[in-house]
Amino acid sequence: MLPIEFYFDAAIKGLLTGSVYAMLAVGLSIIFGVMRVVNFAHGEMLVAGMFGAYLVFVTLGLDPILAIPIVALVMFLFGVVLQRGLIDRFITAPEHQQFLVLIGVALILTNGLDMIFGPDARNVQVPYAFASFEVGPFFLDNVRVYSAITALALIALLYLFFNHTLTGKAIRACADNNRGAQVVGLNVSRLYAITFGIGAACAGAAGCLLIMVIDVTPHLGADFTLLAFTIVIIGGLGSMTGALLGGLLIGVSEAMAGILIQPSLKSSFSFGLLILVLLLRPNGLLGKRSS
Amino acid sequence: MRSLFEGVPARAAWGLVCVIVLLYLAPLVFGGYVLSVLILCCYLAVLGQAWNVMMGFAGQLSLGHALYIGLGAYASGALFFHFGLGPWIGLIPAFIVAGAMGALIGWLGFRFGIRGVYFALLTIAFAEFVRILFDHWGWVGGSSGMFLPVQNRNIDMDAASIANAFWTLRGPNWVFYYVILTGMVACLVIVRLLMRTRVGYYWLAIREDQEAAQAMGINVLRYKLLAVVISAMMTAFGGVFYAFYNNTLYPESIFSIDRSIELLLGVIIGGIGTLFGPILGAFALTWLGEGLSITQEWFDIDGLKLLTYGVAMLAIILFRPAGLWPWLRRLLGMEERRPDA
Repeated sequence: MLPIEFYFDAAIKGLLTGSVYAMLAVGLSIIFGVMRVVNFAHGEMLVAGMFGAYLVFVTLGLDPILAIPIVALVMFLFGVVLQRGLIDRFITAPEHQQFLVLIGVALILTNGLDMIFGPDARNVQVPYAFASFEVGPFFLDNVRVYSAITALALIALLYLFFNHTLTGKAIRACADNNRGAQVVGLNVSRLYAITFGIGAACAGAAGCLLIMVIDVTPHLGADFTLLAFTIVIIGGLGSMTGALLGGLLIGVSEAMAGILIQPSLKSSFSFGLLILVLLLRPNGLLGKRSS
Repeated sequence: MRSLFEGVPARAAWGLVCVIVLLYLAPLVFGGYVLSVLILCCYLAVLGQAWNVMMGFAGQLSLGHALYIGLGAYASGALFFHFGLGPWIGLIPAFIVAGAMGALIGWLGFRFGIRGVYFALLTIAFAEFVRILFDHWGWVGGSSGMFLPVQNRNIDMDAASIANAFWTLRGPNWVFYYVILTGMVACLVIVRLLMRTRVGYYWLAIREDQEAAQAMGINVLRYKLLAVVISAMMTAFGGVFYAFYNNTLYPESIFSIDRSIELLLGVIIGGIGTLFGPILGAFALTWLGEGLSITQEWFDIDGLKLLTYGVAMLAIILFRPAGLWPWLRRLLGMEERRPDA
């Protein structure tokens, strides 16, 4: 039997990592909630963000947290171009065609990164990589604390954007009633492009935060796409609060599974949870019931 | 025979017979490398045909078909490894295990009204879940893999030895080639016949409009389940073949989502919801892949092959969303006459 502090320690670590997961998942959730398009390339966009932060670190020596504006802007533009050039044509196409388009994008992203950077793992060592705060009996790594705070702050910003700006409200209008939005004269296609850009920027920002904790290789994408899906389904596709909750839940449950059962079994835990939620509450813990 | 060729123009039927005969004669001309690529083509065509039953005809998207490859491969592989039972006996448990798993996923999914995106995610979740279980299951080798004993690559050319090679699936490459080629033709025939029966028409009705199909009195749940189970069993046949052809099984690679994607790529390129699309797609994609692999090694660029797959997939979806086969069929004047025309 492990001392009780051990569990608390794991839970806190899980919460901190979970905030970054939530950042990633919020992007996926926004894209689905507004456009009803499932971004099968979301994890790959995260990996692109990780490589972006790595590049900024190597060339400019900038801390990944400070690299967020640069990386997020690039990813935003990438998202806008992708939506405008490709995905916009498939908005009304059958669901499986949308999937396949995004799976194609995912293949191109992963292997494009592989061609540029090669298959080796890369990482970023910030000066405070091994420092930690001591809070009572717990030691919290600076890296995790800073990235969790940044992630939560960015999610809060997004929340303000969607609730208190005109563009944000217009995007929500598209999500609520697409035709109604068109009738009142909103440029739905432009708003979709912005939405997809924001989703991609979320993935990019999450990449900046994640590169401080784990090494990046081009082929990580699929795992993170699945992780993001798990979180978003558990929280409810299309709900921002749900994504936040799901992210924290998965973060904690992975950390707990890591100490209670074998670490290599920990993702079976999230998949098991995903299957259960799909069966029992297919719209997620906080999702709206579909009619 | 009649329903096999009913409505098919004579030139198309003769063309098909010629192609199949040529494929059967191929080992007389080609050996080594070309033959091994042809084996891959047929293998991928079997998997594609299986996936196409579920997605192309019954309209249920699965992104976790690697699960059935893996179950088939492990069911027969483990029986051979532990008890020395041959592949044709192992095929029975492989069918049962994969069919049961398909029925379970299908039943859970359809019973709880999970559709579209959610159903596809359910299939991925199951595949990943089972992958992790196999990673930790010592009896089948866990993550360090299971290796089937290999012997007599070269056999005597008398009838008994040849029969034995086919029965045990231990022998030179041409044995494997004939097995998988016959499997491919058998799948084609089975699916063609199924599509001429009531079941096939029910599937198409469900694919086009599930509510309407239900209103017409079709037991939607039963026929969707049937599609999943048949598809899973056909995929499991591919899995059994994979186990005995490759002799090495790693959960990491066999259950991987990349495999699920790879097997549907060929169908997309060839033509989803057509009989020959999966075959055409598998042959086109495999040869393209081989060419790209060689280029990749020459120029030492990682990822070139899969990058091109991605581009090819986007190009097909953008410019020929129905796939290559419907276009080629029109070009060759081999379109089927509609029964009412």
